[in-house]
Amino acid sequence: MAYSEKVIDHYENPRNVGQMDDAAKNVGTGMVGAPACGDVMRLQIEVGEDGVIKDAKFKTYGCGSAIASSSLLTEWVKGKTLEEAQQIKNTDIAEELALPPVKVHCSVLAEDAIKAAIDDFASKQN
Amino acid sequence: MKLPIYFDYSATTPVDERVAEKMCRCLTRDGVFGNPASRSHPFGWEAEKLVNEARQNVAALINADPREIVWTSGATESDNLALKGAAHFYQKRGKHIVTVKTEHKAVLDTCRQLEREGYEVTYLDVEPNGLLNLETFRAALREDTILASVMHVNNEIGVIQDIAAIGNICRENNVIFHVDGAQSAGKVEIDLQAMPVDLMSFSAHKIYGPKGMGALYVRRKPRVRLEAQMHGGGHERGLRSGTLATHQIVGMGEAFRIAKEEMAEENARILALRNRLWNGIKDMEEVYLNGDLEQRIAGNLNVSFNFVEGESLMMALKDMAVSSGSACTSASLEPSYVLRALGREDELAHSSLRFTLGRYTTEEEIDYVINKLREQVQRLRDLSPLWDMYKAGIDLKSVQWAAH
Repeated sequence: MAYSEKVIDHYENPRNVGQMDDAAKNVGTGMVGAPACGDVMRLQIEVGEDGVIKDAKFKTYGCGSAIASSSLLTEWVKGKTLEEAQQIKNTDIAEELALPPVKVHCSVLAEDAIKAAIDDFASKQN
Repeated sequence: MKLPIYFDYSATTPVDERVAEKMCRCLTRDGVFGNPASRSHPFGWEAEKLVNEARQNVAALINADPREIVWTSGATESDNLALKGAAHFYQKRGKHIVTVKTEHKAVLDTCRQLEREGYEVTYLDVEPNGLLNLETFRAALREDTILASVMHVNNEIGVIQDIAAIGNICRENNVIFHVDGAQSAGKVEIDLQAMPVDLMSFSAHKIYGPKGMGALYVRRKPRVRLEAQMHGGGHERGLRSGTLATHQIVGMGEAFRIAKEEMAEENARILALRNRLWNGIKDMEEVYLNGDLEQRIAGNLNVSFNFVEGESLMMALKDMAVSSGSACTSASLEPSYVLRALGREDELAHSSLRFTLGRYTTEEEIDYVINKLREQVQRLRDLSPLWDMYKAGIDLKSVQWAAH
């Protein structure tokens, strides 16, 4: 399958790869997917006092499109408020990366990951 | 060394130059372009002579009688002709067929069609090493079993089934035995005088011949009957009508002739390369060989790199042609049905790559792939949350995954 240049760029030079402290109160972690399905994404966000995402890290097991979707997502969420990050749609990711139809599920997974990370952060604040 | 490197010889092979040259001589007006069925002039006679030579060459590699060879368009057609042809012809005897879950789709899908026609098919499991248990096979045969189909060499994992033993069980039970030999001709000794096989499918393009060309071996003694699937001018003793494609047939014949001559030497060379590849990667952590190492053709290595997804690894190996057991490239997210039949977990099936080596593989290419693999598997594991968890001692099976 031919990949778009943007997918290849993110796959070869993934942005914001890494891991944050799960236990930290200002960190939200979203882990979505399953090994048996061929993709697992872990997205983490560090949120400032002002509700703005200061930093984001990811690690992904999956195809090139899954890696690219999560890499792109970390770039997008940095500097956004939680409300703004919540608005990111899988279709935006799929469009930006020019994902073919069979790879759209990768962008869905990325949307799930940011939502899960925000939920995790929110649950820690209570 | 030329990039990209071809490591997909089980998908297809390039036509050997010697084969291509012979084929080219059967196309144009100064070549042998006649219809082999034309009996009234030298154009036909010459073509018929070349077709007969090719038939002898194909028969010689598998130690059969040339009259037992039926030309087809490839192994898929041979499988269809063998299974449908025998099932239809012998349906008064019974309507039960036995095959194996790891067969090629050309056999499995033909069996599905026969099920729609009212036949009953048993699909047998294999052992974790990919081989069929003989007692399992024997137990599956019934009074009304008319036909069994077991492939000689598996296309994904390269394991070699004990065809002689399976054939003997078929003989004892009066069951017609078909073998898909698409991946075995030229790679494993085939002696049809000795092996109790009734029908055997062959392909030209897996052994340096042209695509679109194959053959079906149909035993004469004891005679096996088939109902034709292609009707017309009565070519190939009525079993497969259609004008014979002289250039294709000549190509297949030459490919089989070369295979008979060079097989022993070639297998030894390819085996050394395959072992070099396996020895170069087997000390990596969490690397698993799929399929038996001993009962296996020389040119196949199917490996799972745990915690790395196969398609992303293929993307990292973009200057080499390999294939993946992960079906992420297709619309379904199902991994290889062959690896699943071995009992491999889905995640290991998703993490598999198949390297198939052949006539033009070099040591330099093998060393290149070893280095690339070691470097890229590590890079992707550094990106993998599963690798982190594994390293942290977390049992991935204990995790509640949100399957999607």
